[in-house]
Amino acid sequence: MENRPPIIQRLIARPEFGPFVLLVIELAVFWGINPDFLSPQNISNILAFTVELGLIALAMTLLMTSGEFDLSVGSLFGFSPVLMWTLFNGGVTSLEAGFVIALLVAAFIGLVNGWFVTQLKIPSFLVTLGMLLVVRGTALFVTSGFPQRTWSAEGSWLAEALVGDFFIGPFRIYMSLFWFIAAAIALGYVLTQSRTGNWIQAAGGNPNAARARGVNVSGVKIGLFILSSIMASLAGVISSLRTLAANPNSGTGYELEVIAMVVIGGTALTGGRGTIVGTVLGILILRVMRNGIVLIGVPGLAYNIFIGAIILGMMALHSWLERRHQAGT
Amino acid sequence: MAEPLVRMENIRKSYGRVQALVDANFHVNEREIVGLLGDNGAGKSTLIKVLSGAVPLTSGDIFIRGKKVQLRSTSDAIAHGIETIYQDSALVTQLSIARNLFLGREPIKPPRFLNRMDQEAMNVVARDLLKQVGISKNIPPTTPIGSLSGGERQAVAIARAMHFDSDLIILDEPTNNLGVAETQGVLSFVRSARDSGHSCIFIAHNIHHVFQVVDRIVVMRRGKVVADDIDPKKTSVAEVERVITGMSDKEIHDALVEGSKSQGSG
Repeated sequence: MENRPPIIQRLIARPEFGPFVLLVIELAVFWGINPDFLSPQNISNILAFTVELGLIALAMTLLMTSGEFDLSVGSLFGFSPVLMWTLFNGGVTSLEAGFVIALLVAAFIGLVNGWFVTQLKIPSFLVTLGMLLVVRGTALFVTSGFPQRTWSAEGSWLAEALVGDFFIGPFRIYMSLFWFIAAAIALGYVLTQSRTGNWIQAAGGNPNAARARGVNVSGVKIGLFILSSIMASLAGVISSLRTLAANPNSGTGYELEVIAMVVIGGTALTGGRGTIVGTVLGILILRVMRNGIVLIGVPGLAYNIFIGAIILGMMALHSWLERRHQAGT
Repeated sequence: MAEPLVRMENIRKSYGRVQALVDANFHVNEREIVGLLGDNGAGKSTLIKVLSGAVPLTSGDIFIRGKKVQLRSTSDAIAHGIETIYQDSALVTQLSIARNLFLGREPIKPPRFLNRMDQEAMNVVARDLLKQVGISKNIPPTTPIGSLSGGERQAVAIARAMHFDSDLIILDEPTNNLGVAETQGVLSFVRSARDSGHSCIFIAHNIHHVFQVVDRIVVMRRGKVVADDIDPKKTSVAEVERVITGMSDKEIHDALVEGSKSQGSG
């Protein structure tokens, strides 16, 4: 029969193992230095914002597995709530209709990204960089750079469904956490169990081979660009409803943080291999780091030094594991 | 005479002003391994690309079992039972053997709307196929292609073509970069493919590999098929090499008289 290595060895060989260990170390260190780190209030704080960036990272995982990435997510994160509130404040639509329109516009932006990348064969780096500027520019132009009024969301069922909060014991939980968990399970399932997942991995691993087998590589990629835009838009709206703010500048730089989360988790930047579990770990690693650093008294401005070090360290680990794997161990 | 499996007539292909194929005629019979030889730039790859749907032809006709077909894309060709296996490019290295075998044709577990692959079924078939093509080692079907050797990869690609009942399997340089034992393995996969009723076109720089496995040799030069009935059992490697490099038509004729005679009667 087939020789399987012992279970411990197989666990260590998984791409998620490194990020998992790092997260455990991080938690232990921060907790050791400042026990308040694991207080219900702090955990609630970490979770609230984590899931918003996390939603984008989940979609980005699938997109990167297919061999592309999307730099326009941060600008959509800022633009979509601005659009929704502008429509609502101007009396054009209800809040809910504004929300749907914002998602549809995001889907269209994803479609344009995907079309440029797959039909005009322009690298996603350039296409989505251009789109980032177009979308951010539009948000700034429409609002003249000013935040939108947002205080009228009270009592809206949309706000309740997306960011309604309640307490489980001492933990303050937002509804968005459940949306995040649902999205993680659904996209994890798509990537590992579904036929679409096989196509996504093939599209990133060897697009020519996939095409030769009749896989619609362009269709898969366009679909994932649309998903990425919609998730960024949803995350922006959730964040805006939770903080009651719609700033045209919000989300600046999120694209790189999200990509960092995904690659730290073990998804290959070059495509072909992706892991949702790894991305969830990557999301937690970066958000816990941001929170913990402040809590143990390191100046917040030093945050990027640690993030950069984590990215470099994890990349070295992943490449080492990859080489071991290729060698057949 | 029985209608060949594939017949290509007066195929022309030009890239701008460059004529890659000039009225090339070519055919493959049922259950036959054809060796396609020619120097670099002779037109072998172009002919194969036309037949596998990768490039459109400029003019000419392609018939499959006597029926005229249009091959507009690789999926068109696959639908017509023509499978091309390029060295290293046919498989996704990150995916497992089973997932590669079924790529694009994954079996779905009910209920269908969940779009869930039947991975157990895929693994069972994959294990069986690996045995059929004669991979002796016990390689689990969940092994990623990336950790297989070059010969094993070719075997997986051939197994896939066999399983999905491709009538014609085109092997482009399948023995490149392979060791001696692996080459023999690939050659035996090709033979087992023929024995189970498939036809093959075998392209290789190494004429000795071609001689070991093919039933008939076709030679191309400057976009034309210059000899299409060479019997490897009755012709020497040196003679074929002379045809490939090019001599006067009379010399070619003389060199091939023997082979053509014996083939003509069959």
